[in-house]
Amino acid sequence: MTKLLIRGGRVIDPANQLEGTADVLIEEGRIAKVGPKLSAAGAEILEADGALVFPGFVDLHVHLRSPGREEKETVASGTRAAAKGGFTTVCAMANTDPPADSRPVIDYLLAEAQRTAVVHVLPIGAVTKGLAGESLAEIGELKAAGVVALSDDGHSIMNARLMRHALEYATMFDLPIIGHEEDTTLSAGGVMHEGRISVKQGVQGIPSTAETVMVARDILLAEATHSRLHLAHVSARETVELVRAAKRRGVAVTAEVTPHHLALTDEALQGYEPNFKMSPPLRSAEDQAALREGLRDGTIDCVATDHAPHTQAEKEVELETAPFGVIGLETALAVLLKTLVEPGLLTLTQLATVLSWRPAQILGLPCGTLSPGAVADVTIVDPARVWTVTAGAFASKSSNSPFLGWSLRGQVMEVVVAGRRVVQGGRVIGTNGKGDA
Amino acid sequence: MTREWTRKDLLGLEELSSEELLLLLEQARAFKEVSLRPIKKVPALRGRTVVLFFLEPSTRTRTSFELAAKRLSADILSIQAGSSSLSKGETLQDTIRNIEAMKVDIVVIRHAMSGAPRLVARTAVSSIVNAGDGSHEHPTQGLVDLYTIWEKKERIAGLNVTIVGDIAHSRVARSNLWGLTKLGAHVTLCGPPTLMPAGIEQFGVKVTYNLREAMRDADILMLLRLQLERQTQNLLPSIREYAKLFGIDREKLAWGKPDLLIMHPGPVNRGIELAPEVADGPQSLIYDQVTNGVAVRMAVLYLVSGGRQIRKARPAPSPTQPVGV
Amino acid sequence: MSKPQILDADAIRRAITRIAHEIVEHHRGTEQLALVGIRTRGAVLAERLAQAIAKIDGVEVPVGALDITLYRDDLTAIGPNPIVHQTEIPFELTDQRIVLVDDVLYTGRTVRAALDALIDYGRPGVIQLAVLVDRGHRELPIRPDYVGKNVPTAPEEVVLVRLAETDGTDEVILGVAEEVKPHDA
Repeated sequence: MTKLLIRGGRVIDPANQLEGTADVLIEEGRIAKVGPKLSAAGAEILEADGALVFPGFVDLHVHLRSPGREEKETVASGTRAAAKGGFTTVCAMANTDPPADSRPVIDYLLAEAQRTAVVHVLPIGAVTKGLAGESLAEIGELKAAGVVALSDDGHSIMNARLMRHALEYATMFDLPIIGHEEDTTLSAGGVMHEGRISVKQGVQGIPSTAETVMVARDILLAEATHSRLHLAHVSARETVELVRAAKRRGVAVTAEVTPHHLALTDEALQGYEPNFKMSPPLRSAEDQAALREGLRDGTIDCVATDHAPHTQAEKEVELETAPFGVIGLETALAVLLKTLVEPGLLTLTQLATVLSWRPAQILGLPCGTLSPGAVADVTIVDPARVWTVTAGAFASKSSNSPFLGWSLRGQVMEVVVAGRRVVQGGRVIGTNGKGDA
Repeated sequence: MTREWTRKDLLGLEELSSEELLLLLEQARAFKEVSLRPIKKVPALRGRTVVLFFLEPSTRTRTSFELAAKRLSADILSIQAGSSSLSKGETLQDTIRNIEAMKVDIVVIRHAMSGAPRLVARTAVSSIVNAGDGSHEHPTQGLVDLYTIWEKKERIAGLNVTIVGDIAHSRVARSNLWGLTKLGAHVTLCGPPTLMPAGIEQFGVKVTYNLREAMRDADILMLLRLQLERQTQNLLPSIREYAKLFGIDREKLAWGKPDLLIMHPGPVNRGIELAPEVADGPQSLIYDQVTNGVAVRMAVLYLVSGGRQIRKARPAPSPTQPVGV
Repeated sequence: MSKPQILDADAIRRAITRIAHEIVEHHRGTEQLALVGIRTRGAVLAERLAQAIAKIDGVEVPVGALDITLYRDDLTAIGPNPIVHQTEIPFELTDQRIVLVDDVLYTGRTVRAALDALIDYGRPGVIQLAVLVDRGHRELPIRPDYVGKNVPTAPEEVVLVRLAETDGTDEVILGVAEEVKPHDA
């Protein structure tokens, strides 16, 4: 196999507490060495002078829409979008059609990924059969099939007793449950955050309590059952406080936040624009401030995009009728640079931690680091490159992004997956990064 | 002071300036006079087509618009819920585009979802007039209420106006809130907490759950229609209790000033928000509201059709010739 | 730069007095006579004419004010729809002898609109037209019955009538098109 030398970049590797100019040598698909002025005879040279060199980003929360909704996204297009955004590993949520609640569906996904994916795809299995929240899925089977976590995301597990048993059962397989925390009796009919803007617009709101009530419940259940809970897409300041207190008590709870919740508030919905409609909704400025602070101080462990593609026809309707969800893989890095790193809220090392290292740790994955021996997943960013978010330029099949028209600085230029160059000069090349020529 | 109406659409009162609101009221007065003539017709919108696109059932608003358009000599096309292709799965945008392909001038739209008229106005070439969207706004009703008060009291600024009822779900309450506060009235909202939007005080209004307190200094009392479904949604224990706490009968009327005036956008749930003898009594302005409805809507149609012409017209301002005499 | 003055305050007063005499003479008195002024300045002139007639004949003829905005034939061509003012005709028009009053007669379109409006109010027996200034350039077959002064003009010129009640002073001057705001009838 090839040797690849990434030369002269600013390497940021939180796992090894490294931030500085260094070369990265890749051999046989793995990190061989990281250090200053490395020599490598016969290696392909990738000049990274002026660039930032990160361990490939890991997204714990992506909807690839396959099987079943390939008009919105496929494994091929979704992973191309991931690569373009610098994500070398994505975890595919289970709310596909059919849902990933049995072995054959997981097998299908992995086969599709083997055939067409340009980055690593890790499957997430369903907690309950059919995501109906009524009976447990065959979690043992799912584990054997290769799932890295369990989640009914997209749906809520309203029955507390069922959630309790799910948490208990999952500990047997050391699988965390990723909780989509939403009390649907409180959120029913709602379309945006319940607050000043929803009152002005005459639109039914989703109160913060729809999330916090469930977060409190599930933290207590996880605590009582000594199990691992990961909170998906947190949005409310009270959630951050609950997590902070729980961590202090030693509960095994972790949390993720999306770039759009960090960058936007409910003010974005003043035009009734469905590209700002997602669940949980964009909340108030106070909530946003708490989320940013929570990410900064580690209460919130990582960033996950909750990339949720929908076709243009589906989104181009009245706010109430449009489906919830926005894409995010291709804009995540630049949006975080703009809203958190540039204003000095987050350092580059913290950025790498929340995008690569922590997510990998949460799921116990052997990535998110540039330690020698690790799989060579590397993301190289040009921090000065300016670009505009345009609908036609997405690698994703869908373009339902809340950042359309934004001018951003910082773009992923090169991505290496398992030692193979998958993104070059900002463009996704090849159809399969898995080793076959 | 030159005051001009330059908007192509009327989507809500929240975005209007107080000058624009006053202009609308003054024009409504001029148009009321037309309705008092023996020949209640003027040729101002002759040859124009007005489409009444009502996706939520309505009798009074629709007929009011219809009469307004006819008195301006416009041609009318009326499309109603259920009969439209929307029930066959066509999107709202497509339906409007199809209507516009027939070269119409004004589309008056009533829709169950907040923001639908704005969605349509973004791409529409014709003028869009909001006849009520979800719980967001009902601007012409707000204008009717403002005009009725203005005509009767000769001012709006400084008046104490109390609105009672299901504020949370009421587009009429919202439109009135924007219009009244912009023109300087003191607004009090009254109703049960479950029907009161959280944080509404931020918009410069007082909130109270006590009807007697709300009525004490009021010059105008505006009652809102109670949707009987609210009981099944667990927002109210029963309609009977609502009527007991918030319904206005002759006894409760005495809690207010002797010159207190009663308004209701209609239709009235007799015996719930209002007792019949109060609705028909001397302090009621309800029938004035209906009469004024046509005049107000004539003013709206007249002004937006002019606003549309500006959008189409020449870009560079040129010295204006004096209009031929 | 002062504009040429066509009529000063005295000249206006004399013109109104003369027209009042002509009206009374033509109609052999004031029976069934009524004046309707076209807003805004025509209405002012109608009031003045009524006062002049009262001095001559001792009778107060009814006066109405007509807003013709809604009857204009150019609503599609100009910018924002012009502000509509109120029409006040507090008397029965049918079978009456109506004298329409306006300040300047030019293309005749305003008078055409006024005729349409009047007929929507009733069926006058006779309609005549009195104007303070006739500046020519008719575009419709309309002729005045009573004229204060004939003023030949070029198309780019404009006749500005100022009256004390609306403009603070009485005078008629000749101006140039660019300086003028659209005539607010």
